[in-house]
Amino acid sequence: MIIVENLKKKYVGITVLDIEHLDIPKGQSFGLVGNNGAGKTTFFSLLLDLIQPTTGKIINNQIQVDQSEVWKKHTSSFIDETFLIGYLTPEEYFYFIGELRNQNKADVDALLNNFEDFFHGEILNQRKYLRDLSKGNQKKVGIVASFIGNPEVVILDEPFANLDPTTQIRLKSIIKDLAAKKEVTVLVSSHDLIHVTEVCERIVVLNKGEIVKDIETSEATLKELELFFSGEEEFQENISAS
Amino acid sequence: MFKSFLKLQWKSFFRSSSMGKSLGIKIVMGFFALYFIGMMAFMGSTVFFLLERAIPNSDPLVILSQYLMYWVLGELLFRYFLQKLPVMDIKPFLLLPIKKSSIAHYILGRSSVSFYNFSSLFFFLPFGIVLLIEGYAAMHVVFWLMAIIGIVLTINYINFIINKSERTLVGIGFLLLAVYGLEYFKILPVKEYAGKLFYAFYDNPLFAIIPLVTAGLFYYLNYSFIRNRLFLDASLQKKTAQANASDLSWTKRFGAIAPFLQLDLKLIWRNKRTKTQVFMSLAFVFYGLLFYGMEDMGMGSGMLVFVGIFMTGVFLMNFGQFIPAWDSSYYSMMMSQNIPLRKYLESKAMLIYVSIVFMFLLSIPYVYFGWDALAINFSCALYNLGVNVPVILFFGSKNKKRIDLNKSAMGNMQGISATQFVVGIPLFGLPMIIYGLFAFFVSFEAALIVLSVLGVVGFVFRNKILDSITRIYRKKKYGMIAGFKEQNS
Repeated sequence: MIIVENLKKKYVGITVLDIEHLDIPKGQSFGLVGNNGAGKTTFFSLLLDLIQPTTGKIINNQIQVDQSEVWKKHTSSFIDETFLIGYLTPEEYFYFIGELRNQNKADVDALLNNFEDFFHGEILNQRKYLRDLSKGNQKKVGIVASFIGNPEVVILDEPFANLDPTTQIRLKSIIKDLAAKKEVTVLVSSHDLIHVTEVCERIVVLNKGEIVKDIETSEATLKELELFFSGEEEFQENISAS
Repeated sequence: MFKSFLKLQWKSFFRSSSMGKSLGIKIVMGFFALYFIGMMAFMGSTVFFLLERAIPNSDPLVILSQYLMYWVLGELLFRYFLQKLPVMDIKPFLLLPIKKSSIAHYILGRSSVSFYNFSSLFFFLPFGIVLLIEGYAAMHVVFWLMAIIGIVLTINYINFIINKSERTLVGIGFLLLAVYGLEYFKILPVKEYAGKLFYAFYDNPLFAIIPLVTAGLFYYLNYSFIRNRLFLDASLQKKTAQANASDLSWTKRFGAIAPFLQLDLKLIWRNKRTKTQVFMSLAFVFYGLLFYGMEDMGMGSGMLVFVGIFMTGVFLMNFGQFIPAWDSSYYSMMMSQNIPLRKYLESKAMLIYVSIVFMFLLSIPYVYFGWDALAINFSCALYNLGVNVPVILFFGSKNKKRIDLNKSAMGNMQGISATQFVVGIPLFGLPMIIYGLFAFFVSFEAALIVLSVLGVVGFVFRNKILDSITRIYRKKKYGMIAGFKEQNS
């Protein structure tokens, strides 16, 4: 579904992202982890053609993202609150996104019905503008909006941050459901290793812009990741080497 | 404690986003500020002699005193719109080991050295100096100035107590009208009474204590009010407006651009800055009166084309110059969505078309000044439709400055860059030159016909033109996204 080739992004000489090759097959739930500055958001921004790659290319369903815009039809995303239009109510925002994705009001309403428990009664019919909602509620709106219009690729940057525990659990089951259907490719980034290992079939670790790990999720994955991020891995390798 | 507060204040001023702007804007803003200060000082130093000449055989200070009441009421009105107590800024201090009383003193103290207070002093200080030169008793003048400072501070603190209550605003407005009415219809010589009161501050230095004491009183009122409300849910909370769902389904008849049109209408109506701009635009219908009223202007003057372009195109300029920066806060979303950029621009153009037609209709009464006026405005409206709409959209592709929609429009320089200064040249200059050339070498009618034809031609080919503008927007996309992300631009 998504193929990355020799992708490089430099800012004034400093390389912030350098991915030689990455292939994300259709229907995979893909997790991206890494510390701050590892290049997660840069990668997603490149994927959405919001910034230009220095070299290399990203191909989304046979379409090179910086050459054509057709990929926008099957791709949806939520990166941060700047993806929301502050002066709209949540409903208006959903309908607006719906219209951009050729969904009428009834379609959007039907979709929103599925998320009633996710919203926890704090989003719809509140007569509040998005700019006046709390951070967590804003996030909920953005995430649900990215499910409108049957996208084939869903990109979520840090979806678990700022959410309350109940919503985190619900979001996890939503993402798992999406991935289980094998129709939708879900790309998720997170700082929370437990969440990612729970919902993603495959986890890629970015460090200083480079892929340092590419793991099929299994029982041992969480341990492996924790080991890596605590910085003890090299230490242990050194011991075993000596 | 206060020293560190002052330091913070200093930093917040010099590191504020308006100071970080490009050099050009700093110079322009500095020029305006100097001009304003200069005008106040000039008025302050000449008003004495003007009054002396206008009303001979009377004491200019007495005359001025009679008008000070209007000044007080006017200033209250003025500040209602512009000045606000910066309570939000103190949120970070609440967690620090600082006494709440010093925080309250800090915000109030800081407001007393605000620009608004100094601006009236720029007038009264030179006036006071003139009084001294003219041989008024020095002691009395000094105390009079103290009284004035006391009044300014009182106004300052009363304003915070009023704090955006619309009822008091209407009250002050009504009072102003009532006072003026009583005076005008000679029912009650309010001016004279008020004059006596204000003159007393000069006459008897002891009276000068009164305004200073009132200022202190209002300071204390404010202080106790703030001191007891330094909680997140009391005065520190931002007011959240109730959302009003609006039915805009009538826009559906515009077809594919309907969702964007709805979005734009909501954008304009639900945000402070855009809303103010709509009202300001409407007010500019009266702009022509300034020029048509002048005898020596003459119908042949190119100035009237300027007026015509401006009146029918005021919304085009106010709103259009910041396309697409209005959408800057969510521009990256727009760009990653399945959005036909063309439709997006088309909707903006449609909005401006409607505004031009509307402003032209409003300007029809200018026919009172002769049919020529109507003809000029009509051809200017056509020219705006066909030529200036694409021009402003084209210049929009050079916008890279973010706009925060929630800030007020008054004196807001956000989003302004060199583009906004340059764009005026083709918008006004070109039609004025065209008009001037044809009016001079051929005739008034020919000049208007040329302007109209240019407009019609541009309008007929609008699709082609819009296509190429869309291409430019697409090319500049990355720069715009990056620019709009910068908070302090």
